[in-house]
Amino acid sequence: MPILGIMASAISGNLTPTTGFVSIATATVGAGGSSYVEFTSIPSVYKHLQIRMFSRYTGTNNSGEPLYLQFNGDTAANYSIHRLLGYTNQSSTGTSSAALTSQTYVQAGYTTGGSTTANIFSAHVSDILEYTNTNTYKTIRTLGGYDINTDTGYSSAGIYSGNWRSTAAITSIKIFADTNSLAQYSSFALYGIQG
Amino acid sequence: MAAAQTYEPIATTTLGSATNAYTFSSIPSTYTDLILVATGTTGASATTTKTNVGNGSIDTGANYSVTRFAGTGSAAAADRTTGETYCYNEWYANWNNTSQAVTIIHFFNYANTTTYKTFLMRGNNVPAGVDTTAGLWRSTSAINTIQIAGRNVGSVLNTGTTLTLYGIKAA
Repeated sequence: MPILGIMASAISGNLTPTTGFVSIATATVGAGGSSYVEFTSIPSVYKHLQIRMFSRYTGTNNSGEPLYLQFNGDTAANYSIHRLLGYTNQSSTGTSSAALTSQTYVQAGYTTGGSTTANIFSAHVSDILEYTNTNTYKTIRTLGGYDINTDTGYSSAGIYSGNWRSTAAITSIKIFADTNSLAQYSSFALYGIQG
Repeated sequence: MAAAQTYEPIATTTLGSATNAYTFSSIPSTYTDLILVATGTTGASATTTKTNVGNGSIDTGANYSVTRFAGTGSAAAADRTTGETYCYNEWYANWNNTSQAVTIIHFFNYANTTTYKTFLMRGNNVPAGVDTTAGLWRSTSAINTIQIAGRNVGSVLNTGTTLTLYGIKAA
């Protein structure tokens, strides 16, 4: 499975835009899918970051897969998650809440894939607050979900909070699904918000 | 060097009179996502608002569905509706004629002609509820028309309701 090229920022310090919401980089998954997408060399000139994600996974299960974020290549158990969502399938609906500590990633929602209609993608917006602050841990919040109409499988809508227990400024963000690859046409856009 | 705006208003209106529906048309395809921010009241005592989208004209076929999650005031609830002729914008956070509601709708990759269109909605109306909804329009057509209206027959968007459409560009 090919790995999508790493997207580096093209913005240097002396070209810092003066507007408040700035596009930093965009990655779109090509044919064959990709095991992950990663934004690197994220400039430190903004106050917050926002990632807008339009995604789907490959594979065969249609239960939905968690979408994960990791920062600065940290794969250790330095993350925690809190999620609150509603979900449905053909025969039931429900709500779910969970708090998970000592995780190796932050969860940014659930994405769709598998045997659901190939044209259906999930949508998520993650805000990473104070990402360059070297005095605090990092907080991430996400709104997201997807609907699959009458397809077999689960759909959901919810909100997610995450914490990365590091005081390092975030310079890279890796995005990946739980067990399957990100499917073709999945797209991820990183924005900087000036303070 | 000043950069072009990334998050910019495309169109905005404050209704000078009550109307059944308001339509944004000829939406340029140059953005990646759209965001519609709606705040106001309706003529009916309680109604959700609805969205229809399309290319050239709005689609009123049974091509919409939603999965929604709400706080009702006493519990959390989830629901899915399928094969609808419009997209529900809210569930418990419905609009009414006494309190100002806020609904924000994200339209992801609205101009692409490969995938169906996924929407994310946030509904907030304190006396009524709070909800988040994922919507689906089963069409690969690019969206260049968006209509928002009261869902119940005869419900109107009241005078003073503000509707603003933003475009977000990606690199």
